[in-house]
Amino acid sequence: MTRARPFIASALLAAGCQGPHSVLSPAGPAARSIEGLWWVLFWGTIVAAALTIVLIVFVVLRRRRVPGPGTVDARREDRWLLVTGVAIPAAIVLTLLVATFRTAEQVARPPTEPALTIDVVGHQFWWEVRYPDHGVVTANEIHIPVGRPVRLRLGSADVIHSFWVPRLAGKMDMTPGHVTELWLEADSPGVYRGQCAELCGVQHALMAFLVVAQPDAELAAWLEAQARPAAAPVTDASARGLTVYRQFDCVACHAVRGLTRPQQARAPGPDLTHLSSRRTLAAVTLPMSRGNLAGWILDPQAHKPGNRMPATTLTPDQLHDLLAFLEGLR
Amino acid sequence: MSTAPAEPDLRQTLARVWANKPGLVGALGQVNHKTIGVRYMVTALAFFVVGGLEALVIRAQLASPNAGLVSPELYNQLFTMHGSTMMFLFVVPFLEGLAIYLVPLMIGTRDMAFPRLNAFGYWVYLFAGLALHVGLLAGVAPDAGWFNYPPLSGPGYSLGPHIDYWVATITLLEVAALAAAVELIVTILRQRAPGMTLSRMPLFVWSALVMAFMIVFAMPPLVVTSLFLGLDRFAGMHFFNVAAGGEPLLWQHLFWFFGHPDVYIMLVPVQGAVSMIVPAFARRPLAGYRWAVLSLVAIGFVSFGLWVHHMYAAGLPVLGTSFFAGASMMITIPSAVLIFAWILTLWRGRLRLELPLLFVIGFLVLLILGGITGIMLASQPFDTQVHDTYFVVAHFHYVLFGGVVFPIFAAIYYWFPKVTGRMLGKRLGHAHFWLFLLGFNVTFFPMHLLGFDGMPRRVYTYLPGLGWESNNLLATIGAFILALGALAFTINFFASLLGGRRAGDDPWQAGTLEWATASPPPIYNFAALPAVDDLEPRWTEGPDPRPRPVASVAFDAPGDVRREVLATTALDARPEHRVPLPASSLWPLALAASVTLAFVGAMTHLGLVVVGAALSALALVGWFRQANPAPEAPR
Repeated sequence: MTRARPFIASALLAAGCQGPHSVLSPAGPAARSIEGLWWVLFWGTIVAAALTIVLIVFVVLRRRRVPGPGTVDARREDRWLLVTGVAIPAAIVLTLLVATFRTAEQVARPPTEPALTIDVVGHQFWWEVRYPDHGVVTANEIHIPVGRPVRLRLGSADVIHSFWVPRLAGKMDMTPGHVTELWLEADSPGVYRGQCAELCGVQHALMAFLVVAQPDAELAAWLEAQARPAAAPVTDASARGLTVYRQFDCVACHAVRGLTRPQQARAPGPDLTHLSSRRTLAAVTLPMSRGNLAGWILDPQAHKPGNRMPATTLTPDQLHDLLAFLEGLR
Repeated sequence: MSTAPAEPDLRQTLARVWANKPGLVGALGQVNHKTIGVRYMVTALAFFVVGGLEALVIRAQLASPNAGLVSPELYNQLFTMHGSTMMFLFVVPFLEGLAIYLVPLMIGTRDMAFPRLNAFGYWVYLFAGLALHVGLLAGVAPDAGWFNYPPLSGPGYSLGPHIDYWVATITLLEVAALAAAVELIVTILRQRAPGMTLSRMPLFVWSALVMAFMIVFAMPPLVVTSLFLGLDRFAGMHFFNVAAGGEPLLWQHLFWFFGHPDVYIMLVPVQGAVSMIVPAFARRPLAGYRWAVLSLVAIGFVSFGLWVHHMYAAGLPVLGTSFFAGASMMITIPSAVLIFAWILTLWRGRLRLELPLLFVIGFLVLLILGGITGIMLASQPFDTQVHDTYFVVAHFHYVLFGGVVFPIFAAIYYWFPKVTGRMLGKRLGHAHFWLFLLGFNVTFFPMHLLGFDGMPRRVYTYLPGLGWESNNLLATIGAFILALGALAFTINFFASLLGGRRAGDDPWQAGTLEWATASPPPIYNFAALPAVDDLEPRWTEGPDPRPRPVASVAFDAPGDVRREVLATTALDARPEHRVPLPASSLWPLALAASVTLAFVGAMTHLGLVVVGAALSALALVGWFRQANPAPEAPR
């Protein structure tokens, strides 16, 4: 871990992901509805709670020393209890329930019918992202349009994960055997961080992703570029790199469409067809750079102990060639 | 009836008839409810220390981003063990122990209905707790969180014995919990002192009854679902295996059908304890006793209809989750009734701000704060944002530490003199309280903010630059302040045990029966069986009660004193018949050891299951052959 620290410090900035990641700074309609509900819940409960706490402190500090009236007036006390313990809480709770049900309806369905559907599959410990209508397969980075909802179909390849982009929407579990749906919409262009929210194993902590909201034209260009198969190596180094890639069994888990035939994956890893176009490595653990790529390939367990990728022993030449090949995957 | 004090020679005879056997064999064979209760509580406090140390390692690891104090594997074991230890090995057993100790004293009987079952329950609890921690020492403790969702906990993704430990020991623990529950229900319904109708039953006894019934209905689903997981793991079955048509959501439903009532299994008895402490220090009966009883019972019922609020992010239909949102918010009402009953009692009483009351005040404030975040979490759209984040961690620590552990300490300060005859020291007690209050809020308040800032729970580390650094550091500092408070209590505990001020029989001038006998109580509890005509039989009526003697009934025939208790009717406690009780016995220990062996076999070698089962059968034969003691020869 220590080796990775200086790089990690800039991982999010390098990814263009800035500002707060808070559910209280929503950047899309679903998160905004829920933020509105939060303030209703907050003011609806905090006033009553604060008054009650003040009452308790008052009662304790006052410490009556003289005995009260001669008898306990049980009927008066019961009436007081029914007001403070039943009537007032019931009124508050019913109001909050109305607000809850309204918001639940709002966030259940997108405001307009989504034009784009994206499939996201959770893996230990990364995200497979597919655009079924465009033939795009990528990982850990979801590109969406600005100002229009997209439909996400969420599934899991192994254990339960939970898909969560705090600034855009509430979370949704990805349960094996089920396909759950969620819609996302971002108000303005930007990069929004998302993260797995259900314990999914030893690297649950470092299983993040990025949502990149782009204007339509940029998104269309991105989709078109991602749909293309990988470009054949153009330099000698990258051609040798492809050999290294095949020789060292990277093909067993990672597909590079157009260059290596998809195999029956032992443990499927992220599609690498356009690896170098991505902003980060290892599910937003490291910023994408030649140095980080080298460090990751040589010893993935140092950066993210317990992930499924084994270490690879390469000579310096082999490493250079492999990096040249991977950097060509744009 | 007579109010005459029992004759000295009756006391001697009783002491001889009820005496434990001496020596190590005697100690291992003890069945008296006070011994068992104290053993439960002391063992539970030891596990509290262990769970606390686990939490300190967790907080030290999270103090800064990218820390390398523990490996991710060990971290996952630590938070799983922290949750499992605090809930299964500390809070629930402590409260069972408190009830086992206090209920017979509060209802005026000499022991519980099934003394050997009581001892059996304790041994099972001890063995299960130790077995779970052997796993941690061996580095193979459970690591899938205390709610242990498959498929992560299933055979495909959790290799090695980690989850086997969880399945075997947690199921074993439920055997102990069920034993205690059955014991409490029968004792409370059939052994109350003559005249103690249900409407004169102290609130702690009510809460113990509600807790016991909740255990009876909540634990079997957990046993069943653990068994399913065990069969998936040991026998290749497919309850949760998607590839073969299994369903992971089944686990979540069954687990939370236990898991949510379990929260109230912890909350209800402390609400009962607080309902005893508040009147004692307000010097008047509790306001709205009937409403308080109704609220405890209502919480018991409603808590079984809330479980889906743990599953709001699972993608269930909105209409379905809305029912559970409504039911979850409904819990506010009985809780508010109880809170305002305590406040009203304090308001209309003459307060003595002693240590137990101080902890109750802290409890009230923290419970209200944890309660309002609970209302928020019941709202399903809001929950989808903060579910499985540190906001939830903050919420349930306000409820379980603020709302349960604070009143547990109130109960310890209040009943310590009953158990030991000595007072806990005031100076260290105050240090303990203020360190706890400060440390608690410094630890857990920032976690609300971390949740809003998007920090999920159960992460062994986090990257810098997300804005989580300062609140995490603050929480870690708070955790060490809490540890200082626990240290102050530990010192106070041992110092007071050895050299604390003598308490006298009745240090608080409280109104209920447990204070009507000596402190510590003689082994037979009461020489003259009390007869009850009021909720506070030791107080005169009115808002400023004075002590009065408790009436008693003649029970022991002169010259023919036996190990017997009086059985009374369930509703209005009319005397019915005498019940002979068994004496000390080693069979509970033998049976508990055999059952444990069978469960350990489930996680190691199936042959041991057979051996354990055979030995259990033998132990049961011995148990029943011992049966009830022969009547004592007349003297």
